[in-house]
Amino acid sequence: MSLDAPYIARAAKPGQFVQIRCNDSFEPLLRRPFSIHRVKGEGSRVKDIEILYEVVGKGTEILAGKKEGDFIDVLGPLGNGFILPRTTNHERRTTNSEPRAIIIAGGIGAAPLVYLAEELTKKKIKTIILIGAKTKNLILCEKDFKKATPEVYISTDDGTYGSQGFVSKLFHKILKTTESKFETIVYVCGPHGMLKCIVDICQERKFECHASLEEKMACGIGVCLGCAVKTKSGIKLACKDGPVFNASELIW
Amino acid sequence: MMKVKIGKIKLKNPVMTASGTFGYAKEFEKLVNLKHIGAIITKTITLNPRQGNPMPRICEASAGMLNAIGLQNEGIDNFLKEKMPYLSKIGAPIIVSISGNNIDEFFILARRLDKIKSISGIELNISCPNINCEGLVAQDTKETYEVVKAVRKITDKTIITKLSPNVTDIVGIAKAAENAGSDAVSLVNTFLGMAIDIDTRKPKLGNITGGLSGPCIKPIALRMVYEASKNINIPVIGIGGIMNANDAIEFMIAGATAIQVGTANFIKPGVCGKIVKGIEAYLKKHKIEKIEDIIGNLKI
Repeated sequence: MSLDAPYIARAAKPGQFVQIRCNDSFEPLLRRPFSIHRVKGEGSRVKDIEILYEVVGKGTEILAGKKEGDFIDVLGPLGNGFILPRTTNHERRTTNSEPRAIIIAGGIGAAPLVYLAEELTKKKIKTIILIGAKTKNLILCEKDFKKATPEVYISTDDGTYGSQGFVSKLFHKILKTTESKFETIVYVCGPHGMLKCIVDICQERKFECHASLEEKMACGIGVCLGCAVKTKSGIKLACKDGPVFNASELIW
Repeated sequence: MMKVKIGKIKLKNPVMTASGTFGYAKEFEKLVNLKHIGAIITKTITLNPRQGNPMPRICEASAGMLNAIGLQNEGIDNFLKEKMPYLSKIGAPIIVSISGNNIDEFFILARRLDKIKSISGIELNISCPNINCEGLVAQDTKETYEVVKAVRKITDKTIITKLSPNVTDIVGIAKAAENAGSDAVSLVNTFLGMAIDIDTRKPKLGNITGGLSGPCIKPIALRMVYEASKNINIPVIGIGGIMNANDAIEFMIAGATAIQVGTANFIKPGVCGKIVKGIEAYLKKHKIEKIEDIIGNLKI
């Protein structure tokens, strides 16, 4: 869904989200969080944001029934967004290796990652993308990702498209076959089990890993304390301190 | 036109923010003109930091929401150091919500807040349904009386006692607070409720039960405000599913001197300002000079 929201579009960063009031009634009552899927336009002409969603309940059902020209109430951009790799030698921890980003999307977890892939390519950072889903027709955004980088790999749990198995298996394979002269930074979004697997692999390999989490939210602005996330430095909030967390901070 | 008085606090309008739905106000600085709010009530603070309840902590209900946050907060030391400097500068009366595990904790908290000039009042949260203890203070007239009495001894600041709707006789509890010296009562806190995921058969809240708020509780809250205000002589502050000016006016006609906006802050962050404007428009439309003229002015 594309929204004409110039203020949000200009202020947005990859990984941030918006809170959408799906209708004006009390049913559903709360706003629904959606990550910013893409921002359209260049420079000062940036004015639209896109959200990518799956119909899972009352709120998304209502959204799916919206028509072109309808108005909706959108609050954002909210949250912290992804930290992009340091691009200059000065900023990097190890000065002798170039950064490389590996983006891993699981199912609808692709939603915030297209915008990220576009920004990384704009900054000329080498980017590899892995997309995983249960089955072929649930592989999302393949075309958009391919526009950003030629290095897109796919896996499906049932083997109907790309390699067969979980995307974590594909991740292992890619790490074996690609060069390791780079300083790797991993960006991941997807279901809980998949996140955990990817984070474990990153920890073994000592890769910096940033995970975008999905939590139930009420306010989205750090007030209700509903979207609590356990971290090594105490309880954090997915809406304000996240939704992107450095994976080494998370307690699973 | 819009002025009301709660204890010693002069409010420029009757719209207050309900504890736990407005953080420590800074979170809303870009979304609402804080100066225009009648009074700001902070998230409840406790003596020691509290981690809160296990996740998930919120879920939606029909025309409402359930929460079981569990009074997560950083404790009074951190509150005074990190939050109070900002709150002091806002220019709206600041009321600090406090909760304790026993009378001593309420007393110690009130003693510390009493010394701070920029705090106008204290709201005693004796009605949070999400803390792990047997029964609530606000479910027992004697305990309510004792907590309020202890705090009254240590401070001359305005005391508001926040009552629970999870009682059979709201009037009895309100009277206990009044007799112990409370300057006002605010009601209602959330209704104890629960929700279950039928596929997994698990409760939708980590705490199993939680507090129900939002428009779905309004008629019950309104009835309780009506009953309490008829039977006590201190101001009643109406809370429960207020989403707009019409809801706020309804509570005032039922007997509330002021109102608190809670869940609506999550959905429409600028709602408090809109409610103030809406009440003003209502007074103009009905040619009512002072808002006091509608308080408890139910035509039966």
